[in-house]
Amino acid sequence: MIEIKNISKSFNGVQILHDVSCVFETGKTNLIIGQSGSGKSVLTKCIVGLIEPDTGEVLYDGRNFLALKKKEKKEIRKEIGMLFQGSALFDSLTVVENVMFPLKMFSNMTKKEMLERANFCLERVNIIGKNDLYPAETSGGMQKRIAIARAIVMNPKYLFCDEPNSGLDPVTSILIDNLIKDLTEEYDMTTIVITHDMNSVLEIGDNIMFLNQGHNHWTGNKETILTTDNKEVNDFVYVSKFLKQIKNKIKND
Amino acid sequence: MNIFYHIGGYFLLMKSLFTKPEKISVYWDRTLDEIIALGIKSLGIVVIMSFFMGSVLVIQTATAIDSPLIPRYTVGFTLKQSIILEFSPTIMSLILAGKIGSNIASELGTMRVTEQIDALEIMGVNSAGYLISPKIIGLMMIFPIVVIFSMFFGFLGGGFIAYTTDLVSIEDFLFGIRVFSGDNGFMIFYALFKSIVFAFIITSVSSYFGYNARGGALEVGKASTDAVVYSSIIILFSNVLITQLLLIP
Repeated sequence: MIEIKNISKSFNGVQILHDVSCVFETGKTNLIIGQSGSGKSVLTKCIVGLIEPDTGEVLYDGRNFLALKKKEKKEIRKEIGMLFQGSALFDSLTVVENVMFPLKMFSNMTKKEMLERANFCLERVNIIGKNDLYPAETSGGMQKRIAIARAIVMNPKYLFCDEPNSGLDPVTSILIDNLIKDLTEEYDMTTIVITHDMNSVLEIGDNIMFLNQGHNHWTGNKETILTTDNKEVNDFVYVSKFLKQIKNKIKND
Repeated sequence: MNIFYHIGGYFLLMKSLFTKPEKISVYWDRTLDEIIALGIKSLGIVVIMSFFMGSVLVIQTATAIDSPLIPRYTVGFTLKQSIILEFSPTIMSLILAGKIGSNIASELGTMRVTEQIDALEIMGVNSAGYLISPKIIGLMMIFPIVVIFSMFFGFLGGGFIAYTTDLVSIEDFLFGIRVFSGDNGFMIFYALFKSIVFAFIITSVSSYFGYNARGGALEVGKASTDAVVYSSIIILFSNVLITQLLLIP
């Protein structure tokens, strides 16, 4: 479980996050949603330690990440897997080398064992026979799946996904969403997904936090988000005429 | 203020390199890769430039000496002094600051803007240590060898002109190379010492600009340009300092 308490962050006097608190449960897909510029990415970077918040606490199963020493932070980071918006695969390494990279750095496995583990993870995300390709030689959807394989190769306790379906077609997006959900349940991870894709919200949103102008504006799940009366959430969810018609239908039913 | 900001940032980055590597074998493999990428793959341009520079130096010196009072072996002697003291260690460093410096800055800059460096940090890898240390150590190890190659091919280029033209006889040329050889050992030490310092400057300064690039393609391009400009200026400044310290008694 990850718990954040009163996270605030400002850049050059502009307040981006205002006292954000939330609990992200284990074994569930926790979504952070909100418009562009609402502070989703900054909040995630604060949680994983890429940005230090001005105030607040980040608790990984009770361990206050921000109060830990550098060495202890490193240990927690080994328990984190992250899928970046642009995949962030290492250009100079092949597909299998990318997936093997964390094992090479932090495990005492033999090369054969590392290869077996990498192949297992690649097969789990349906990447077969592409081991020797470089990331630039694969499609966007494949890159996301390779990045997921790299993120889960160390059996992480916490998985972060920054807009996992940006730039993907709807079919591939759903595949990636379901893959994240299945892996979360399979490995009992605490998964946090940042998205503004409504398909993802309705498909995998076990817990949802709606971030609005840096505030935790609303929390709920994929069922309650369709029926809430919160104006800002409705403005975000029912943005198109088609969705507004659906909402009216739900209300009438 | 900007210059102090960069100086502070540079030393903080250098400090972050002095941490225990996550796995020494991985760092050693990376160092060998960098030796090949930064050093061995630069040998082609070094050989070509040194050969032609040696040739031109001999032609220019030979045509400039028109007094019969100046012995012809001066051509070989001048070439030796120029190649060992300045051309191979300093001018070659400036040329390679362009090639290697822009390569390092653009590589690290691209890794930064595509979040590859963030990915390393999230994994718990000391990204600066993993990416930059092997480059610095690798180039410091291979650069003296590159400079020796440059000296050899500089002399070969000069010898080629002496052998194929009648500007200076090959005997006079070789005598000029060998004459006053008492200082040769110190001169070569001076050249190799400079090359090690310049290798550190090229890799560390370029890494600083690449590692701290933010934004997109435009910023990566600017980081690459800054890397070459600042590396060159610092090399020239250090050259004066080292020369004053080592050559002036």
